[in-house]
Amino acid sequence: MSDFTPNTGLSFSIHKGVTRWGETAIKFWLGSCTALSLFTTAAIVVLLLVESFDFFMAVSPIDFFFGTRWVPLLKPSSYGVLPLLWGTMQITIGAALIAIPLGLASAIYLSEYASNQVRAWIKPILELLAGIPTVVYGYFALTFVTPMLRHVVPDIQVFNALSAAIVVGIMILPTIATLSDNALRAVPDSLRQAAYAIGATSYEVTTSIVVPAGLSGVMASFLLAISRAIGETMAVTLAAGQTPNLSLGMLGSIETMTAYIVQISIGDTPSGSIAYQTLFAVAALLFFITLMINVISQWILGRFREVYD
Amino acid sequence: MAFLSENAQKHLANRHRKSRLFALLCAIVTWSSVFLLGVLLVRITLDGIGWLNWNFLTSFPSRFPAQAGIKSALAGTLWLIVMIAFISIPVGVSAALYLEEFSKRGRLDTLIEVNIANLSGVPSIVYGILGLAIFVRFFGLERSLISGALTMSLLIVPVIIIASREAIKTVPMSIRYAALSLGATRWQTTWSHVLPSAFPGIMTGVILALSRAIGETAPLILIGAASYVAFLPKGPMDSFTALPIQIYGWASRPQAEFSELAAAGILVLLAVLLLMNATAIFIRNKTEKRLK
Repeated sequence: MSDFTPNTGLSFSIHKGVTRWGETAIKFWLGSCTALSLFTTAAIVVLLLVESFDFFMAVSPIDFFFGTRWVPLLKPSSYGVLPLLWGTMQITIGAALIAIPLGLASAIYLSEYASNQVRAWIKPILELLAGIPTVVYGYFALTFVTPMLRHVVPDIQVFNALSAAIVVGIMILPTIATLSDNALRAVPDSLRQAAYAIGATSYEVTTSIVVPAGLSGVMASFLLAISRAIGETMAVTLAAGQTPNLSLGMLGSIETMTAYIVQISIGDTPSGSIAYQTLFAVAALLFFITLMINVISQWILGRFREVYD
Repeated sequence: MAFLSENAQKHLANRHRKSRLFALLCAIVTWSSVFLLGVLLVRITLDGIGWLNWNFLTSFPSRFPAQAGIKSALAGTLWLIVMIAFISIPVGVSAALYLEEFSKRGRLDTLIEVNIANLSGVPSIVYGILGLAIFVRFFGLERSLISGALTMSLLIVPVIIIASREAIKTVPMSIRYAALSLGATRWQTTWSHVLPSAFPGIMTGVILALSRAIGETAPLILIGAASYVAFLPKGPMDSFTALPIQIYGWASRPQAEFSELAAAGILVLLAVLLLMNATAIFIRNKTEKRLK
């Protein structure tokens, strides 16, 4: 968001001295709508901090951030968030391992190899993939990916991290492909032509000229996709299970932060109880992680953008 | 033909082979994604088509799969589309107009821009929690359609603002100069010239944002849309269910019949989304022609 259009540069001295109440009122309305976005952010931050504060009055932050057992609903309860965090990380890392190479390869194909006609077909299809509701991906994981995996790994559980990671990878692939494609296409042709002129092959042009030149946009697309994977809810709730644990196995049931939030809000946890407050503590953690990644991604875009004329 | 030594020729051939292989690999990967979309759609169609009939569209949910339908879910989703549109479009487009046409680009406006970009990256489930705390609890709107619509509007307003700004940016300066030079005020210029020119682009962005809202499940679960609702909502204060919630409810059951019902529900949801996208394209084509 660093590319501001220049101001219109028009001065309105001709209207000075005349107060146009209608104009002022409209401007006030438009301004209020804009300010609403600030209120939204403020509301999110205040709500999460205040409710988490209540939670941290009852549970020490050390137990929360470094505890290895997450048992909020049963006695003796334990509120170590690491198992949930690890669940989210397994899904995110798995999805990234799938989506980053495949997404980048698709972006390279679209921007460097595909004819305009092919591109005009594939890009909308990728956007369609990105527009499919996440609950559909959850269904797909449960009824298609897991049974397929069972052919390869017979002892895989019904709910497992692997199939969820695969569908989340499929889900974020279009984000990487379309955004990276935009970044690669913004690299001016003169750079490619210069490389071809000294005898480089298309592979060499792509890997040593085009991708490095568009790297800021490509990296930003990776981060954006990763932040989407972290916040992804329905696919992991349906497919990855609700068993918070710190095990490495991708073949068993796990629980992510988002799936936990859904689990609590579906169950009849009395509001005001500590178990209910965990909702806000986990959501606050989720919010700040994704916020951090988004801010880094914008920073990369602004800081490392190569500008060509 | 001895421009190059044998070694150099080999080296060159290798480089070209590597290059061709790389191109092939990229093409295969891309076409696989397309193929995957095909598999996904075919798979869901095969699962769900058998259940998709008039009965399915006009029955309430039931614990007997054969009698179950999506009447209440479909009604809830249609209510939501209309309500979200009425809330989010005026607010989102107004904010975009302010930022593009009125803002003085001071420090506060910069803060607002960064903030909107960040808001569009907040996970939808966090909006759900916000909606639960503010609309359901604080304003006492209960688990109603209006709570759902307000929550979803918060979610998509940043998306609408970003898309509308892009559309408004494409309106040429000359149009504004022409209006202003005839003595129009800034708002008159905006309303009668900028907005109509940007309309197709805004509309496309708005409909894409709305279709995102229709597919969202997590915020609705948070604010408490139930998956079993055996009545039609009569007004904004009624409790409700929606298509994605119903799909989630069915998909999370172990029985095969319910899983197939979920597939049938997905087909209806995808049909609604397709219809909205087709409308977006239609509006864009129609208005683009008129403007030229």
